[in-house]
Amino acid sequence: MDRIPILKMGRCLLVTIQVDLLDQTALALQDDLAERISATAAQGVLIDISALEIVDSFVGRILASISGIAAIMGATLVVVGMQPAVAITLVELGLSLDGVRTALDVERGMALLQAGERSHGGA
Amino acid sequence: MKDPTRTFAEAHWIRMKQENALFDDVLKTEPEALLKSWLIEAAQSGDNVAIARTAPHDAQELLGSLQEALRADADLARFDDAAWGRTRSVLSELSQSRAAQGASAGETSYFVLAIKKPLFAGLRQRLAADPERAFDALWAASTLVDRMAQWTATTYQRSRESVIQRQQQELLELSTPVVKLWDGVLAAPMIGTLDSSRTQLVMESLLQRIVETGSELAIIDITGVPTVDTLVAQHLLKTVTAIRLMGADCIISGIRPQIAQTIVQLGIDLQGIVTKATLADALSLALRKGGWVISRPAR
Repeated sequence: MDRIPILKMGRCLLVTIQVDLLDQTALALQDDLAERISATAAQGVLIDISALEIVDSFVGRILASISGIAAIMGATLVVVGMQPAVAITLVELGLSLDGVRTALDVERGMALLQAGERSHGGA
Repeated sequence: MKDPTRTFAEAHWIRMKQENALFDDVLKTEPEALLKSWLIEAAQSGDNVAIARTAPHDAQELLGSLQEALRADADLARFDDAAWGRTRSVLSELSQSRAAQGASAGETSYFVLAIKKPLFAGLRQRLAADPERAFDALWAASTLVDRMAQWTATTYQRSRESVIQRQQQELLELSTPVVKLWDGVLAAPMIGTLDSSRTQLVMESLLQRIVETGSELAIIDITGVPTVDTLVAQHLLKTVTAIRLMGADCIISGIRPQIAQTIVQLGIDLQGIVTKATLADALSLALRKGGWVISRPAR
């Protein structure tokens, strides 16, 4: 079974989804991510879904639950690069992913995480 | 002994041939007089100048196609047959051109029905001595002309509907532009009533433009939306949520005083959505968010 690689960049974790997200792969990603956040004490998680063309309610729910898990473990989740079709589908499914931060691309997502980190460190 | 159904079919065939020959005779004997009488009758439905000009040509064409069908032994009682194909297409063209000229459905079908007068007159003349046959022939003629008129009205309606559909489509495309106001700021001015299909179109084009331009802020201006009810508000909320999911921000501007009152009275919850009264306010907020400073040097 495919596993989505999770990369560590400084105090952040970077996940880029380049394949179609099957239910099994999504569940495995959720497990792996929880493990890695705990192991690396990451402050932020960035998920790039710009290559994701199709979502269903299950994948949408997994995204929402990953966000919940990250929040409980003290990390901020940023989802970047969502395609218009995917966004419309999620809205029509009633999954507005409240509490998930979003950005247009990886660069802006990183900037968002770093800004959050700085304000966190400063406080 | 002969098969009774066969005899019936044969008798029907013979009668049909006779009737067709009779009708053909009526149509070809004095075509000029027939056309004239037809046009005089047709002119009673109204005095549309453009139609009066094309009527003689249309009548001629229709007469030609009728004669052709009669000579090809078309069954008078079955207008859907292939033998009537040319007559049907002539009628379709007629009703399409009439629809384009602005004639009403009644006028258009009356033009076809007007052929009854000269046709009946011709039949009466020929069958004065045989009332029974005359009645049969009149009945056949009346049915045929009625079917022709019916066909005309149907195609007329269909062509009008296609015109309406095309206009709807054009209106839809016209009314959903997405413009770039500033580097990283897009605006979608909405004009007209928002329904599901229009919101869908605006949402799609706006999201697509956000991806293409990498803009971080979109302004939806609803100055031109006459009314905002719960459904429209729901459409707006969906659009805003989709924009947020993609990682951009959204401002709704152009909320007129009446609309603000309606929104509050309906209890629509626009919490979490930035709203501004005018597009100018929204743009200045957008610029401030983007870190721009506008200054006017003292003169």
